[in-house]
Amino acid sequence: MKVLVPVKRVIDYNVKVRVKPDGSGVETQNVKMSMNPFDEISVEEAVRMKEAGVVDEVIAVSIGPQQAQETIRTALAMGADRGILVKTDDNLEPLAVAKCLKALADKEEPGMLIVGKQAIDDDSNQTGQMTAALLGWAQATFASVIKVDGDHAQVTREVDGGLETIKVKLPVVVTSDLRLNEPRYASLPNIMKAKKKPIDVTSPEELGVDPAPRLQVLNVAEPPKRAGGTKVEDVAQLVDKLMNEAKVI
Amino acid sequence: MSVLVLAELDEKGVVPQTRNALAAAVAIGGDIHLLIAGQNVEASAKAAAQYEGVSKVLTADDAAYATGLAENVAELVKSLATDYSHVLVGATSFGKNVMPRVAALLDVQQISEITAVNDADTFVRPIYAGNALATVKSKDAIKIITVRATGFDAVAETGGSASVEAVASTGDAGLSSFVGRELTKSERPELTQAGIIVSGGRGMGSGENFSLLEALADELGAAVGASRAAVDAGFVPNDYQVGQTGKVVAPELYIAVGISGAIQHLAGMKDSKVIVAINKDEEAPIFSVADYGLVGDLFKIIPELTAEITKRKS
Ligand SMILES: Cc1cc2nc3c(=O)[nH]c(=O)nc-3n(C[C@H](O)[C@H](O)[C@H](O)COP(=O)(O)OP(=O)(O)OC[C@H]3O[C@@H](n4cnc5c(N)ncnc54)[C@H](O)[C@@H]3O)c2cc1C
Ligand SMILES: Nc1ncnc2c1ncn2[C@@H]1O[C@H](COP(=O)(O)O)[C@@H](O)[C@H]1O
Repeated sequence: MKVLVPVKRVIDYNVKVRVKPDGSGVETQNVKMSMNPFDEISVEEAVRMKEAGVVDEVIAVSIGPQQAQETIRTALAMGADRGILVKTDDNLEPLAVAKCLKALADKEEPGMLIVGKQAIDDDSNQTGQMTAALLGWAQATFASVIKVDGDHAQVTREVDGGLETIKVKLPVVVTSDLRLNEPRYASLPNIMKAKKKPIDVTSPEELGVDPAPRLQVLNVAEPPKRAGGTKVEDVAQLVDKLMNEAKVI
Repeated sequence: MSVLVLAELDEKGVVPQTRNALAAAVAIGGDIHLLIAGQNVEASAKAAAQYEGVSKVLTADDAAYATGLAENVAELVKSLATDYSHVLVGATSFGKNVMPRVAALLDVQQISEITAVNDADTFVRPIYAGNALATVKSKDAIKIITVRATGFDAVAETGGSASVEAVASTGDAGLSSFVGRELTKSERPELTQAGIIVSGGRGMGSGENFSLLEALADELGAAVGASRAAVDAGFVPNDYQVGQTGKVVAPELYIAVGISGAIQHLAGMKDSKVIVAINKDEEAPIFSVADYGLVGDLFKIIPELTAEITKRKS
């Protein structure tokens, strides 16, 4: 079975994101970019499945500008076999990304797509579910355990009340949650090896996908700031404040 | 214009977050219908018919919907959606699972986790862990939306008198089946509904030590939450996680104990009315959002705090 893993290039999770003064978006110039953390978890899971003999080939896909190739290289260094760059300077929305992934899945015929639960830039939490819909496949979102068993998989999901287990037919789209695994760091020899692994380049247009956005971003603003920072001396003062000033207990 | 809201059910009936989604529907305007999909839903439908603002309750009673499987519920919503200008659901794990699937089936770009309605086409949603607020205008014919509960005060449970109408089931898609659930049992209020939350982080050191927070929570009638680090370390179950990729809460009072205040955690709690931080590191970023910060060792402070509150209350 092949596994397809989309990997998105996003602003690194440690960066303090700044809104541009003109309200057009956030500052991305000279900002550290990394693979979306959930996608690292997906790559790790796919590579572990390959190491366990359940999977034959792991393909990493990124949709984005030329630099997204670096994100694919990171996946290759972690153990993915080859990459596909869907090159575009447009900022594709989840629906358009899902259409690209569908087109690639039609071509590659993987048994599983492992998509991140959420991209930490747009915080949409949509792409995996949308891709499953477009393919007419089952979906298993927010996964913390994946067990493949013949033509089915059993997936444990992190839900609001705790954990839920479902059984899904393959092929399936799984989305990875934080507790699925702990991603490895790529070793230096594997980083060197990754440089020789192949990356195909295509485009949304070649895949028959219209990259035009459906949502018009009218404005991006900074959220209101909290006036925090006040300290209290001790427990007695804290309880006083909570009872008499804030009146919350 | 008419708006369809998809209800979420648990063993007690329609979950409260559905009423926050209804409040967003009220802000959009028009006729509001509530869809209840599940098995043996009469009692839930009867209760929901009283919700403020709802003009019609639609019921789809079928075993295929009993456990909320996305493939089955999405087909049902799709079969009804074209009669509506907007389709909404609460941004819970259920809503986030089902709604993007509906959106793709309808070729619509979903608008996730709105916190405000500007007009029928224009919505506000947080991005980058709440570091920015985007105002977006949808060009799609049907607006498909998930609603962040903290952005909208829930509509009242009574005051309405909607009609109830059954709709045809779309059946079982045959793609997935339910195996089981391990729900966290607790006598305390549910995190997203609680007026007071006591949350613990890595600083708690162990799962056993969370009993300190539970004693405080019980004294306050509070829920217990956690940071990702505390969940990853196995101190508490996954559904305790507050943050960008966990639950978003906005109680009257949030007490963060042994939590440093990473941006991903702040994303889930910084709209709380009053924030208290207890941390031994006076430089911890959590203090910058805290209304009342107390620097010191939590193992000394928490028992003292619990005792002080007990004393003052009696
Ligand atoms: C993709 C992604 C998603 C994430 N999503 C979330 C999320 O949804 N929610 C979330 O919370 N995090 C999330 N995180 C993790 C986040 O970045 C932080 O790592 C996490 O919030 C840190 O948890 P913490 O504050 O408990 O631990 P730490 O940062 O280790 O802080 C522990 C604190 O405890 C204090 N302390 C220790 N001992 C004591 C004591 N005896 N008395 C008093 N204070 C003490 C320390 O001074 C320190 O400030 C996410 C990260 C990523 C990459
Ligand atoms: N441009 C992209 N390139 C590759 N993968 C993407 C892209 N956008 C979204 N994804 C995938 O979809 C997941 C969820 O993204 P989102 O729906 O935007 O929150 C990410 O974790 C990625 O796995």
